Amino acid sequence: MYDIIIVGAGPAGLTSSIYARRAMKKTLVLEAVSYGGQIINTLSIENYPANPGISGFDFATKLYNQAKEMGSEVKFEKVTEIKDNGDYKEVITTKGIYETKTIILATGLENRKLGVTREDELIGKGVSYCATCDGAFYKGKNVAVVGGGNTALEDALYLTDIAKIVYLIHRRDEFRGEEALVNNLKNRDNIKFIYNSNVTKLIGDDKLEGIEVTNNDGSKEDIEVSGLFIAIGRIPENENFKNIIALDESGYIVASEDCHTNVSGIFVSGDNRAKDVRQLVTAVSDGAIAACEAIKFINKKK
Amino acid sequence: MKIIDVSKDNFKEEVLDSKIPVLVDFNADWCGPCKMIRPILDEIASEHDEYRIVSVNIDDEDELAEEYGVFSIPCLVVFRGGSEYTRSIGLRPKEEIEGMLGGD
Ligand SMILES: Cc1cc2nc3c(=O)[nH]c(=O)nc-3n(C[C@H](O)[C@H](O)[C@H](O)COP(=O)(O)OP(=O)(O)OC[C@H]3O[C@@H](n4cnc5c(N)ncnc54)[C@H](O)[C@@H]3O)c2cc1C
Repeated sequence: MYDIIIVGAGPAGLTSSIYARRAMKKTLVLEAVSYGGQIINTLSIENYPANPGISGFDFATKLYNQAKEMGSEVKFEKVTEIKDNGDYKEVITTKGIYETKTIILATGLENRKLGVTREDELIGKGVSYCATCDGAFYKGKNVAVVGGGNTALEDALYLTDIAKIVYLIHRRDEFRGEEALVNNLKNRDNIKFIYNSNVTKLIGDDKLEGIEVTNNDGSKEDIEVSGLFIAIGRIPENENFKNIIALDESGYIVASEDCHTNVSGIFVSGDNRAKDVRQLVTAVSDGAIAACEAIKFINKKK
Repeated sequence: MKIIDVSKDNFKEEVLDSKIPVLVDFNADWCGPCKMIRPILDEIASEHDEYRIVSVNIDDEDELAEEYGVFSIPCLVVFRGGSEYTRSIGLRPKEEIEGMLGGD
């Protein structure tokens, strides 16, 4: 029986494990893919206190090594279900079942999909969710970016330096993102804005060759592109827990800053919690709080 | 076996003409997930002799990346008997990578 099982080895989950181990609790971290979470693709982090310019990879690796050195056990298994049996809880993964006194859910966010047919099939063959990761492959080619927020604007700007033509497709007639970014973009001569439109079809067999864009007035147009960068936000990964955990209407776990969920002994930390600011600092802050609350819960039961 | 770097000059010899399956790791220095997958590949390479793992830097070898339709890294492509057998994109756990190489 573990004291604390942490689901997710992103910044929040790994921080929880450090606090849990410092309190000598028997701790297991379960991670579906690889340690580090969303930050690993970022080339340079500029807003984390006392460490300006560190790369996402270095940040994640240092944090992971710190957690391992503290004695955290990490297993690479995806959690598919959790059960509350009163006195103890069960965590079910793709490989087994673990018993624990408390759980911390630190599953973060994943990319929001467009929801067009064959989107998954064409990931890495033209469809991408990360311009800074994949942009380099589209030198001198035509690409499209979908979205209206800062990420979409930044992606489009980044791609204007690499690609031949960048189409920025937005379903409204105005962007949500910063005006300075919009103005910056308007000054580029290889950007084309397509307003009031959605991407409705992906064209191409083995790789993306074009997209069908449908205007809100119903008219359709095919555009030749080799790359489609989808930047329409991120969504929480709480699907597997909603049988017992209360979520808000957007799918985030309902919990105040004390990180308590509706189930006693189950806590939440990081980007998947309902909150306003989703950053590394707030993720690691949640990580500390959730661990301390879990430790308190265990010690009280003794 | 150690992972070796492969270029377009020796790709045919090292990969396409290989008698045993070869996993090609397409990567770049600026790619965080590529750095994370590398230790896993090193481990697999040291544990198995029945296949080989080679590395292709896509910035130096953009022709190879283009030829094999690599649009996102890390991209792992397994070759058997000179042609592509299977591929994966993004970070993958160790067992999944071994799964790509093993089995018939
Ligand atoms: C491109 C980009 C740039 C960013 N730049 C900055 C920046 O400069 N500064 C800053 O402060 N923040 C930045 N952020 C935000 C920051 O990355 C997040 O706030 C932070 O990563 C949240 O940490 P987390 O641990 O809550 O979640 P995540 O980082 O999302 O980690 C969650 C982990 O849980 C795992 N997981 C999910 N479901 C399961 C399951 N069922 N079973 C097991 N494991 C599971 C995931 O695989 C993942 O590893 C950036 C984000 C992105 C995407």
